[in-house]
Amino acid sequence: MIGTGFIYGVAGLMFAAFAILSATDRTNPKRFGNAAFYAVLAISFLLGGRLGDIGNGVLVLALVAIAGSSAMGRGGRATTTLDERRVEAARLGNRIFLPALIIPAAALGGTVLFRAVPNLVDPKQATLVALTCGVLIALVAMHLWFRPRIATPLAEGVRLMDAIGWAAVLPQMLASLGAVFALAGVGDVVGGLAGHAIPEGSLIGAVLAYTLGMALFTMVMGNAFAAFPVMAAAIGIPLLVRHYGGDPAVVAAIGMLSGFCGTLMTPMAANFNLVPAALLELKDKNAVIRAQIPTALPLLAVNIGLLYWLGFR
Amino acid sequence: MLVLCGIAVIVAGFLLRFNPLLVVAVSALVTGLAAGIAPLAVLAAFGKAFNENRYVTVIYIVLPVIGLLERHGLQERARLAIAKLRGATVGRLLIGYLLFRQLTAALGLTSIAGPAQSVRPLVAPMAEAAAEAQGVAPGGDRIPAMAAATDNIGLFFGEDIFIAIGSILLMKGVLEGYGIVIQPLHLSMWAIPTAIAAFLIHGFRLWLLDRRLARTQ
Repeated sequence: MIGTGFIYGVAGLMFAAFAILSATDRTNPKRFGNAAFYAVLAISFLLGGRLGDIGNGVLVLALVAIAGSSAMGRGGRATTTLDERRVEAARLGNRIFLPALIIPAAALGGTVLFRAVPNLVDPKQATLVALTCGVLIALVAMHLWFRPRIATPLAEGVRLMDAIGWAAVLPQMLASLGAVFALAGVGDVVGGLAGHAIPEGSLIGAVLAYTLGMALFTMVMGNAFAAFPVMAAAIGIPLLVRHYGGDPAVVAAIGMLSGFCGTLMTPMAANFNLVPAALLELKDKNAVIRAQIPTALPLLAVNIGLLYWLGFR
Repeated sequence: MLVLCGIAVIVAGFLLRFNPLLVVAVSALVTGLAAGIAPLAVLAAFGKAFNENRYVTVIYIVLPVIGLLERHGLQERARLAIAKLRGATVGRLLIGYLLFRQLTAALGLTSIAGPAQSVRPLVAPMAEAAAEAQGVAPGGDRIPAMAAATDNIGLFFGEDIFIAIGSILLMKGVLEGYGIVIQPLHLSMWAIPTAIAAFLIHGFRLWLLDRRLARTQ
């Protein structure tokens, strides 16, 4: 059955190619740092399932050592100039948008198709398998159209990857930190503290502690998924649902969405806030967060009101 | 109480601007030690979770496609297309994109767009072209940052309407742990009021942006 093995194989081979291209890029003064970082990622994707837990932990330490010692730079492989791109844009016209649409079209069509034909693709991985197929189809299509050298798409990919750098693995690191927090029982402690902080008999106090707690804990963890089990255990279930008789569906749904307001305001949510700033080559790496705060704060207030009025009818 | 040291490490590490990967690793170690877990066991727990969460990092496989398209002028074409469109403003363009992102995410199509797939190659250059036509000097952070923000807001407050998204399944699982059984549809329904509020609030800000640009022109 086609599943994670296929997806991780493609990703692993891509990172292995990134490592080789980085190591041979003499324009990057820190080329071996980049090469080592991508090589470790390639090992993780290709062999992570066979390394054992300690082995994977050592891979993480290697990534941390490379990123923490600022050993990564940016490659300078030649790409096209702005003038060349303008000429291409005029020559190719709107057809240039077609290959970009292959990936979403394949992700959608593949997900539907793989669900209809079971036993071929692991249903849990249908979307990611379809997305991977879309990437491969787009590469083949563009290869027939533009006739680039085999290494060219990879060199262009490493150009973008270098702009993201170590931030690319921060979300995966934070998800793993969440697992350690769960093992250490951080949620129960936070829950106990939050329980003490709420004035007794105050519904609005409990609603505020729950929604603001979701937003704040999400900002620290960078992920509402890590905050939700903690806040549900601390306030959502015992106080809002059991004590005040709130509708559990409303308490859960609006609690999670309050957490999403926190995601908009924190650099820990690297894949949403730091990676776009790096990809767009912004001068201020917090520019995306600054653009989001004026939407996130009023929306958090709306969520507090919605939970208070819809949850306890 | 001692296990909260890990959270303090994260906050302090960020304020002191240490490398975030380093901060996360130290936080995991401190938290584990505070809970009385042996260092090697913390390393194993972290390594196991890292390996299980590899799918989070898979999205970067789209980069070679986007990079190759950029090489052949994708961004410049996106700028040209907007420059030719009469009446295109940065606010109208991003409101349209917000609606598109919320609706597609609500249908479960969360990975058809994103910072690498759509914002860098298409949405940000289009927004910049529209803003330049409205009199914004090129090269600033404000317009591309707003394009990225619009993508995030559309995704976050659209996806929870879809019944099979990760957060809905997580909520269902957590509630079941307390003996509360709820159908995913019932959870996703309650994401709709917030989705409408998100569209109104962010859309209003984009409309204000257009008005401010019109006044400075």
